[in-house]
Amino acid sequence: MIRDIFQITFITGLIGATLRMATPIIFATLGEIITERAGVLNLGIEGIMLMGAMTGFIATITSGSLWFGILMAAGIGMILALLMAFLSVYLGLSQHVSGLGITLFSTGLAMFVYRLHFGSPTVPPTIKPFDPVAIPLLSKIPVIGPSFFNQYSLTYISWILIPLMALLLYKTNIGLKIRTVGENPFAADTVGVNVNLTRTLSLVAGGALMGVGGAFLTIVNGNMFLIDVVGGRGWVSIAMVIFGNWDPLKGALGALLFGFLDGLQLRLQGLGFNVPFHLFLLIPYLLTIIALIGVSRHATYPSALLKPYRREEKGG
Amino acid sequence: MIRIRIIRRAPLPNWARIAIPVIAIIVTLILAAIPILIAGGNLWKSYYYLFYGALGTRFNILETFVKSSPLIFTGLAVAFAFRAKFWNIGAEGQLLAGAIAATWIGISFPGVPAFILLPVVLTGGFIAGGAWAAVPALLKTKLKVDDVVTTLLLNYVMMHIMGALLFGPLQQPGSSWPRSPEIVAAAKYPILLARSRFHMGIPLAFIAVFILWFINKRTVLGYQTKAVGVNIRAADFGGINTTAVILKTALISGGLAGLAGVGEVCGIQYHLLMDLSPGYGYSGIVIAMLGNLHPVGVMFSAFFFSVIIVGAQTMSRITGVPVYISEVIQGMALIIMLIAILFTEYKIKVAKR
Repeated sequence: MIRDIFQITFITGLIGATLRMATPIIFATLGEIITERAGVLNLGIEGIMLMGAMTGFIATITSGSLWFGILMAAGIGMILALLMAFLSVYLGLSQHVSGLGITLFSTGLAMFVYRLHFGSPTVPPTIKPFDPVAIPLLSKIPVIGPSFFNQYSLTYISWILIPLMALLLYKTNIGLKIRTVGENPFAADTVGVNVNLTRTLSLVAGGALMGVGGAFLTIVNGNMFLIDVVGGRGWVSIAMVIFGNWDPLKGALGALLFGFLDGLQLRLQGLGFNVPFHLFLLIPYLLTIIALIGVSRHATYPSALLKPYRREEKGG
Repeated sequence: MIRIRIIRRAPLPNWARIAIPVIAIIVTLILAAIPILIAGGNLWKSYYYLFYGALGTRFNILETFVKSSPLIFTGLAVAFAFRAKFWNIGAEGQLLAGAIAATWIGISFPGVPAFILLPVVLTGGFIAGGAWAAVPALLKTKLKVDDVVTTLLLNYVMMHIMGALLFGPLQQPGSSWPRSPEIVAAAKYPILLARSRFHMGIPLAFIAVFILWFINKRTVLGYQTKAVGVNIRAADFGGINTTAVILKTALISGGLAGLAGVGEVCGIQYHLLMDLSPGYGYSGIVIAMLGNLHPVGVMFSAFFFSVIIVGAQTMSRITGVPVYISEVIQGMALIIMLIAILFTEYKIKVAKR
């Protein structure tokens, strides 16, 4: 049993699973990073992911197109993020409670719409999910090939998004605006940046990424919608944002860490240890908390996070 | 172009603070017509059965009271924590911790009489829930770990601990289901009204409302939690040991959530089950906010959501509107209440320019 762990196939499988399981977390973490960098904590993330998972699934089953499912998941994420923007940016309501409201509302709505669409069948309906795409030549390299270069297209896209997000935030004018709005909205306003609009657009971009992250679980790595399909991955992503100190590269590393733990617990379950499988299921969550403990003292939150911007209330 | 400005206003009189949640509820019920209509339900029939299912017969009313017990406990738990701005979103996990403790005590001590075992079960559940909430409180105060994230993640940890116990040491011998043995009769809450499930946990919940009101209004701790919630730095500067206050807040908050779990095991199920709580911990957030974080407000709003949750089942059976309408209504209510609160603190001015 223990010897199995050191087999090549086990390691290949584990790396492959790590990258797969990390993908939705990478999407959601990047989405939350751009949102928080603009000064808004989006606790709607868990519900947005579930709505993305549900919407993507139903859009795929009705249209027959997986990419259409992804598109619709991004769309619903943007709509819910707009609602979040209305509440937390324009009305300036508590970001904590607005976000939780979005999550509770979206969770209810996802289950409601799913039940409305499918009734309560004895066997949950399934779709034919995305196939992995083997990259020519690279996928032939031993160990690395099958684990890294035989992934889903969305996983590859997530890898491209990591440096793109870093470039956007650190090297472009838009990124500078986003960061300024999250650090010092009064200064941003003084130089003519529309604080609320910038925050709204950041929320919307982030919502799209969260929606796609959710859809990954129902139409890419999975083929059905279950009520607990997201299972706290939104909250994990929030943890990864802190773990990565609001940096896309470090946040993605955190996501990979969670993916590794998630992949590892799946593989360990498969080895047939004689303990309840729930003990494995709790490992990723527990270690996420422990990772958070390690970094929290040095975490540098965006200065204006949680603070609504009202021009009249400078210094308030 | 129209400009909308939000301006701080003088505090509203007391009647408005009661009116605002009532208005929020009415608006929520009106807006709930949208998903009901989309689901093809007849509006009047749907609303009729929503309220008939919850309040139409003696049995239905008592069921609504039964359902309100865990909701009052989790609502109080969240309200007490939020008052101190300790973002305890972990009532769900703390509820399960209390339920596990109650189950363990309830199956381990046969032969102990009820007048000893019941207090032990209650204390055990309270301590288990409180201890589980103390973990994120300690992490927050000692190591600056964000309480929102830890309380949320600990829900999943506790859920899987319960799963591991129900497939392991707490599993009923000879069964393959994730279900504990039945607790002994002495650990069961007495049923107080014949031909119903109206158990001891319901008056306990109302007593808890009174105790929380007393703590908030009449004790030093109540004053300190409020001070910490309003401005933690000022409270610290004013000589309050904020770390101790947050820790005490967490213990009480988690303990209350734990009692919700005790009630579900000892008053309703008599076994520990995987789906013991249909999200009572999360409903507690909605209830606390709609109750303005006030214990009496929590009591009323818990009863309202109890009506929705119990009534939705009848409505769903008769009209075919998915039963998840109650979750949709809860989410909508929270968002609408949040907007309504805005009007208590701010005026909205629309100006043309």
